[in-house]
Amino acid sequence: MSGPNFSNSVVRWIDHRLPVFTFMHHEMHEYPTPKNLNYWWNFGSLAGIVLVILIVTGIVLAMHYTPHVDYAFQSVERIMRDVNYGWLIRYIHANGASFFFIVVYIHIFRGMYYGSYKAPRELLWILGVVILLLMMATAFMGYVLPWGQMSFWGATVITNLFSVIPIVGDWIVTLLWGGFSVDNPTLNRFFSLHFLLPFVIVGVVVLHIVALHRFGSNNPLGIDVRGKQDSIPFHPYYTIKDMFGLGVFLTIFAAVVFFLPNAMGHADNYIPANPLVTPAHIVPEWYFLPFYAILRAIPDKLMGVLAMFAAIGVLFILPWLDRSPIRSGTFRPLFKIFFWLLLADCVMLTYLGGKPPEGVYVILSRLGTLYYFFHFLILLPGLSIFETPKPLPRSISQPVLGSGAGPVTAEKENS
Amino acid sequence: MRARGLITAAAVIIAVGLTTSPVRASGDGIELPSQDWSFAGVFGTFDRGELQRGFQVYKEVCSGCHSLNYIAFRNLADLGFNELEVKAIAAGYEVQDGPNKEGEMFNRPGLPADRIPAPFPNDNAARASNGGALPPDLSLMVDARPDGANYLYALLTGYDDAPSGMTVAEGMNYNTYFPGHQVAMPPPLFDDGVEYADGTKATAAQQARDITAFLAWTTEPNMEARKEMGVMAILFLLIMTGLLYLSKRKIWADVH
Ligand code: HEC
Ligand code: HEM
Repeated sequence: MSGPNFSNSVVRWIDHRLPVFTFMHHEMHEYPTPKNLNYWWNFGSLAGIVLVILIVTGIVLAMHYTPHVDYAFQSVERIMRDVNYGWLIRYIHANGASFFFIVVYIHIFRGMYYGSYKAPRELLWILGVVILLLMMATAFMGYVLPWGQMSFWGATVITNLFSVIPIVGDWIVTLLWGGFSVDNPTLNRFFSLHFLLPFVIVGVVVLHIVALHRFGSNNPLGIDVRGKQDSIPFHPYYTIKDMFGLGVFLTIFAAVVFFLPNAMGHADNYIPANPLVTPAHIVPEWYFLPFYAILRAIPDKLMGVLAMFAAIGVLFILPWLDRSPIRSGTFRPLFKIFFWLLLADCVMLTYLGGKPPEGVYVILSRLGTLYYFFHFLILLPGLSIFETPKPLPRSISQPVLGSGAGPVTAEKENS
Repeated sequence: MRARGLITAAAVIIAVGLTTSPVRASGDGIELPSQDWSFAGVFGTFDRGELQRGFQVYKEVCSGCHSLNYIAFRNLADLGFNELEVKAIAAGYEVQDGPNKEGEMFNRPGLPADRIPAPFPNDNAARASNGGALPPDLSLMVDARPDGANYLYALLTGYDDAPSGMTVAEGMNYNTYFPGHQVAMPPPLFDDGVEYADGTKATAAQQARDITAFLAWTTEPNMEARKEMGVMAILFLLIMTGLLYLSKRKIWADVH
């Protein structure tokens, strides 16, 4: 097998013994990528960069943070006031977590619209859902660390959920708490796990990318790459496109970090934790709100918890619920409508999760929850039977070249 | 087209994030009047005169009941006091130190590195002197309440007679803006309750403004550095992103 020819002799010497440069050349220069990817395909690499930003800022924060109920809040304030640029590091880390979820949620809906979860990318998709679960656990435990009022009460409410599980519930809760209430042992183990889990995420992301590189990216048309004319090397084309997207992202991110650093947080978390005073409204971070709305929509506690986990559980089996052989929503007139309805439903559930569970909010939460599961469990399997898809273009390069045959409409619709 | 879709989507998601974030939902749904603050907005800065007057209000009024645990005397240099003035302010306080060689705690005049001493040795002592209610530490107050600056000003100027039909409990005071309307803190500010060194007329409203600005500073002493750096960062990122866009156009020019 003839590898690339490196001009630098040191590189050649190393590569002969440890072929990392060949590996990189293969994955970057030779790795063929569909040439028609739109900007929604930026969000995968963006998520990876945000993950790195979170890990780097997190390690610096851990150098100054004290995981003890008597000092945690103070140590965070010391970071904000006395550590050089500590405020910057902390604001980047806290808002970075929110942006991580924004980016990954967009990334997931991109995958849903273009059918990226379908064969042969089912495992790639499932690894993604595993990442989502790990992110949620990490973010939840991270939010407990500053030991403010919302840290404490959020931890109390969420860990208590596990107590409804029959037989083992109480045992799990005691294990999470390290005692009989949320207290110092809880804070200590959450800190330890919050440090560990991001590296587990890195491991799963590596697997995610190995799976991705097996068949390469899907694309807005959802049809396979047929040959050289359909693809371009990842580098430099997508590296520069990803860099441009990163620039746009960082500009928006910086605007929030520097000018609205507490807008996505909660005022109560600037009050030190107090087990004797319950806040008026205990609300989780915004990225948990749709799941919180589903939890509260169901009157029975155990069923509520099950529904909340099932809301993510259905994503695992999505590749087998959607039986249509057509990947891209562009060619599925009915699916497309229901995709936007599902997105609207999720936005509504997010809104409802932040509202008190009373009156019309409860009714809407129930309808929203019902519709969420209706979409995945009934609509998607049914659609593949009733829907007549539009004709697919013959190849990726054909509609772009406009050589006559096949519909030319696809490009336009991917806006 | 695509870029527009993307930006709209991002805007929608951020908007949902912001509006559902409970920060906006003020405690009891009581509408807070908005004030003009010099420190609001992208280019907002603190007004040094306002901060110094606010410190005076804290020192002469609030410090009888409220601590300011996160502020050391040296931090007051930010308010525009020079080194000698900071030393003099610190020396005006008694600070407990020790133990000395004999194992005794002792009092000495404050130094710039000391934190501003709290009025009570512990929470129980604070409650005992305040009819059972705990006056909270004020250092972080502006971030610890939704729409903190407007809330603080409204709270301090919001004492009124209780509406007819409402009975205010023993030792409590009616306040329009406190959640539940009954607050244990007696009205702290009165016209000419302090005498400003710079000659500003010390109406109760003026004092409320000044102490609020001062507490906005104690909440985030680095706010001005943050905004300054923010403006530079955004300018840099805009230029960089523009250049990246041009490079992207150039590199992609041969893709059909
Ligand atoms: C006589 C003692 C006393 C003085 C002087 C005093 N306070 Fe208070 N303050 C209290 C008490 C007691 C509470 C707790 C009220 C409650 O929980 O009902 C309180 C509560 C507060 C709160 C919290 C309100 C909330 O939303 O929970 C703020 C803010 C506040 N005070 C600001 C000030 C400022 C600013 C001053 C100086 C201008 C001041 N206080 C002077 C006793 C005092
Ligand atoms: C830490 C979080 C994540 C990182 C860093 C990450 C990273 C990436 C990267 C770099 C790509 C390739 C670029 C792209 O196509 O966008 C990708 C593709 C993909 N990701 Fe993720 N991802 C994450 C989370 C998820 C989640 C939560 C899911 C789904 C539940 C998911 C599903 C997918 C799928 C299906 C693809 C292939 C897309 C296609 O080719 O169409 N990812 N991911």
